[in-house]
Amino acid sequence: MRVRIKRYTSEPELREAILEYEVDLQDATLLEVLNEIKTKQDASLSYASGCRSSVCGSCSVRVNAKEVLACGYKVQEGDLIEPLKNVPVIRDLIVDMDKSYAFNQKAKTWQNSLSQGIAVTQEDEKRNEIQSDCILCGSCYSACPVYAVNEEFLGPFALTRVWRYVSDIREDGVDAKIENIQMNGIWDCTLCDACTMVCPQGISSKSDIEKLRSKSAQLGFMDTNFGNFSGGFDGSPMF
Amino acid sequence: MRSDVLIIGAGGAGLVAALHAHEAGVKVRVITKDYPTRSQTSMAQGGINAAFGNVGKDSVEAHVQNTLKSAHGLANEEAVRLLCEEAPRAVEWLDSIGVPFSRTKDAKIAQRTLGGASAPRACYAQDYTGLKILHTLYDRCLACGIEILNERYLLNFISNKDEYEKPYACGATVLNMRTGEVESYESASVIVATGGYSRIFAKHSTNAVGTTGDGIAAAIRAGARLSDMEFIQFHPTALKNSSILISESARGAGGYLVNSKGERFTNELAPRDEVARAIHNEIEKGEDVFLDIRHLGEAFINEELPQERKLARLYENVDPVYDLIPVKPVAHYTMGGIEVDKNSSSKLRGLYAAGECANHKVHGANRLGGNSLLELVVFGRQAGENAAAYAKKFTHTIDASLQIKSAQNFIMGVKYFTNQIDFYQKREFMGNIFYNNAGISRDEMGLKAVLGAVRQIQKELPFMGPKDKSKVHNTNLIEFIEFGNMVELSEIILVCAISRNESRGAHFRADLPNENDRAYKAHTITWKEDSVLCADFME
Repeated sequence: MRVRIKRYTSEPELREAILEYEVDLQDATLLEVLNEIKTKQDASLSYASGCRSSVCGSCSVRVNAKEVLACGYKVQEGDLIEPLKNVPVIRDLIVDMDKSYAFNQKAKTWQNSLSQGIAVTQEDEKRNEIQSDCILCGSCYSACPVYAVNEEFLGPFALTRVWRYVSDIREDGVDAKIENIQMNGIWDCTLCDACTMVCPQGISSKSDIEKLRSKSAQLGFMDTNFGNFSGGFDGSPMF
Repeated sequence: MRSDVLIIGAGGAGLVAALHAHEAGVKVRVITKDYPTRSQTSMAQGGINAAFGNVGKDSVEAHVQNTLKSAHGLANEEAVRLLCEEAPRAVEWLDSIGVPFSRTKDAKIAQRTLGGASAPRACYAQDYTGLKILHTLYDRCLACGIEILNERYLLNFISNKDEYEKPYACGATVLNMRTGEVESYESASVIVATGGYSRIFAKHSTNAVGTTGDGIAAAIRAGARLSDMEFIQFHPTALKNSSILISESARGAGGYLVNSKGERFTNELAPRDEVARAIHNEIEKGEDVFLDIRHLGEAFINEELPQERKLARLYENVDPVYDLIPVKPVAHYTMGGIEVDKNSSSKLRGLYAAGECANHKVHGANRLGGNSLLELVVFGRQAGENAAAYAKKFTHTIDASLQIKSAQNFIMGVKYFTNQIDFYQKREFMGNIFYNNAGISRDEMGLKAVLGAVRQIQKELPFMGPKDKSKVHNTNLIEFIEFGNMVELSEIILVCAISRNESRGAHFRADLPNENDRAYKAHTITWKEDSVLCADFME
């Protein structure tokens, strides 16, 4: 089986190339193929991996321009493997996730205070069960066309994480959390659904953003972009 | 760059320690060879034990007795009592920071039965318990503004000597994986939270690829003692081809183990060592072994075991709703680790340890399912608080210059190793001989043969080395250093396993199948004197 892998190195000088590898494996995951190449053919091939079972979020890459976890994708003849987009590449398939992770800090993705003695029902727990499955693999940032042009956009996984806390009955700081995501946040999303299509955990950040929008509306926040267009807060049209 | 407390490892234990040290009012820095949330903790599925009795009658005493029984006489009862008494508070704390546990109909934390437990005691979040705990801990660290530095690989702990020539830990030398440069992080105290060493078994392990015992190897090099390194738990049910874990909760919920003839052959909910051996015996007889959860029904499987269904479909091409799941036992958890006292302090002053890398003597010869997530909360907290208290009183000077130089020389030198022998082949070979001769069933001949091979590999290390000589994110180099750590620990495991002339819990000697309390109801302690390995049995 042949695969093509995009290689990138910065030392001794910057070089990029798409290299082809022949691997004798059947019905193998991409991670197994990468391991086979690294241990038997080319020890310099660089990629990240961890659990091999799709929960640690280390091995996200793009195959034929679509984001996947290497450990959860079965390789096809001729596949083109590339690093994630919209993130600095350090080497080959390894990217620097620091900035993506930092959006969690900016979006304040935590419970505002320690809760005490609040009974959480099955119904309460189900409300954010799927959002709390997120593994921070970064596939959604790679696929997001808004983040591609606005690097301050809080982005899909951080906003899903905000909904995960805002929707939790134990959260006592909902208003501040909602206020914090108005700028470069929920209103910048175009609802294109690209994040949903690539999420290995079946999470839809797009629909979480929609929920955050309606929560915002309930609390009296307005679409900041729409505000700019309409001019003033008195509702009178500018044109 | 100095902090009060330096924590190596950003898994569950490291993050719990960081939160509690931070709360004690000291400056905390966490370093990890990966990113927080990517650690082994994310893979824990079954649950975290606490005797709430939310689902069936339970008591702290029952939790204590189950833990002691599973430990086969090798646990410290005082430590076990602390673990079990603190368990409800530990889980309530997790609940208070927002962990989304599954719930009962009457709005309590849901609990289920794992092997060796007399009651449904494991609190869970579907089968993503570890993932959800770990991510919530990470979010809490963000809330507290705790500094976490990613992609820093531990080389060695820094120690200095006081005016009485007594050593104390005061930081660590680290390889910055992104730049390829050696860095040093100085601190008043250090907490090791680097996880276990199951990857010695290579592909015969459920563990993440980074579970290579780096912190434990660095600790014994720095003067700490290790204990009970021969005790390695085999999880009964990993997928046959990929060694990926299928949670014990599948059996807790009523799953059966059957052989090729469709016959059940063991009590599925006995402690892990017994079930693993029963499966091993069937496989030795030439049988294939399967986990059967079809009778639980699709609705139940989707609700309680969604990850298991996904993993079995992806990695074994079977759907547990309709098919048998082929399984085998593989290395899962290492009971042995850095010997610590009741303050989580190692023998090296200022060096603390928590989580799988530490041996708090609560698991003894065989860990009970649901007690590992629990230990990282209870002892992570203890390590964090004590390391912080120690740091506040710390008045010594720190001089890391010698150790920085030696780390730089090591990184420089290792790249000039001659590369005549492929270490990836040796790594695979070592995993195979460990699994076959130092695994579920051991005997003196086999263990000695493996020890001979490991000592040979030690001699050959200078003829191995990384093929890749570059500086930026050299994973080939990191994997070689990890391999070096595993080789160092392998010798210790084998020496301990050869010395323990009995069977106890996970250490099963086919040539000596009985427990011998008179001679061996004691901990196997190992340490190094002038780089020479020493071992003894101690109370």
